[in-house]
Amino acid sequence: MTDSLDPRVNRLRLDNIDAPFTIEEGENWQAYEVFHQEKRGAHHEHVGCVHAPDPQMALIFAKEQFGRRKKCVNLWVVRSADILAFGLEDEDMFANNMEKTYRDASGFKVMEKINKFKGKP
Amino acid sequence: MYGGGYIFEEPKRQPLSAQTPDDPEKLAAFEKRIANGEKIEPGDWMPAEYRRQLIRLIEQHAHSEIIGALPEGTWITRAPGFKRKLALIAKVQDEIGHGQLLYNAAETLGKSREAMINDLLSGKSKYSNVFNYPAETWADVTVIGFLIDAAAIVNQVANAKGSYGPYCRALERICYEESFHLKQGHDAFIELATGTPAQKAMLQDALNRWWQPIMHFFGPPDKASNHSEKLMQWKVKMASNDDMRNQFLDTYVPKIWELGLTLPDPLLKKNPETGKWEYSDPDWDLFFEVIKGNGPCNKERLDVRKWAEENGRWIRKALMRPEEMKRQTAPVA
Repeated sequence: MTDSLDPRVNRLRLDNIDAPFTIEEGENWQAYEVFHQEKRGAHHEHVGCVHAPDPQMALIFAKEQFGRRKKCVNLWVVRSADILAFGLEDEDMFANNMEKTYRDASGFKVMEKINKFKGKP
Repeated sequence: MYGGGYIFEEPKRQPLSAQTPDDPEKLAAFEKRIANGEKIEPGDWMPAEYRRQLIRLIEQHAHSEIIGALPEGTWITRAPGFKRKLALIAKVQDEIGHGQLLYNAAETLGKSREAMINDLLSGKSKYSNVFNYPAETWADVTVIGFLIDAAAIVNQVANAKGSYGPYCRALERICYEESFHLKQGHDAFIELATGTPAQKAMLQDALNRWWQPIMHFFGPPDKASNHSEKLMQWKVKMASNDDMRNQFLDTYVPKIWELGLTLPDPLLKKNPETGKWEYSDPDWDLFFEVIKGNGPCNKERLDVRKWAEENGRWIRKALMRPEEMKRQTAPVA
């Protein structure tokens, strides 16, 4: 192979690298979900994930990946395998019944009752 | 309900080509969702072809980020001055980070990170052709940082409006960071363009070298490209090659010309009637030749990646915790 323009590449002696090379399944570790807290008092929000061999390394990679710009005071990591979620196909179960005013503050008309008691129109 | 591992199972067990044909009822619901502007998420039903095309697209995008950092990484030690070195280090770190974000997004579709890296090393998966050319001088680095990143932004901003949730979320973060890349590239470009006659000549040379690869960047002309209307309908492909190329020329050619630089294409001009740019056809035979692996740097780029994987293996293994590895899984979102 001809010389690279990069002296560091030439020092790698790439002439010896023609044999096929494959990495093994699992060699890039496992996935961790990352949660980012922008300021004290705020919720941690999911921002993405990293691959790491253990939770400590996952935190280090998460700091590099999600904490290198903008404000960040804290990060959580959790193994992706440990996330339990509803199926997206079940999203209709979250549809709101319109007859749920008993769950909302607006469903209780206290002033009307007070005004009636005081005899105002 | 399901655990986080659900995504990994499907395509790993069964080759995509062996999957059963799409259920027409589910397909109709899927297409309606996309037509309504809703996003598709990893757990959703999706046509096998949608999954296959997205894996190909996102994986190639991820490889491009990683390979694209190589010609720039070369120049960190030789970047002129402390500020330029810092900016280039930050940019290269961003590009590697973008590769990670995109690999994660592709993994949610069922292809493992390891399989993607192996396909890159074996030459089965492609990456952006533009990174098979050498960065000969510092001026090349400024042309890459300004114009290649600008072209990438045109592409990525379009893709960020696509239909697949994890890809859109990754692109949102990527586009935010790319805006810094573009600005620092433009800044370095202007510095050479307005500098000494030697600096200006060096920049003009680099521009002449890079113009054809830049014209190749968005892919073959629409009349020759075989992208299906289905991919547009499914919002996998968001804009045609010629439309993106035209948008790029419209924004950036004036920014090149205003600095007194020229472009090596006598036919390049905006047609005042159509509002579209006209240009000489770049050499598309050369484009396909480079994709096949015969460009000036294809072998070096892949050899460097292979070297990194081979020589990084011992540390990956040293960090491995067998008890942590029992439950392999892909990212959930």
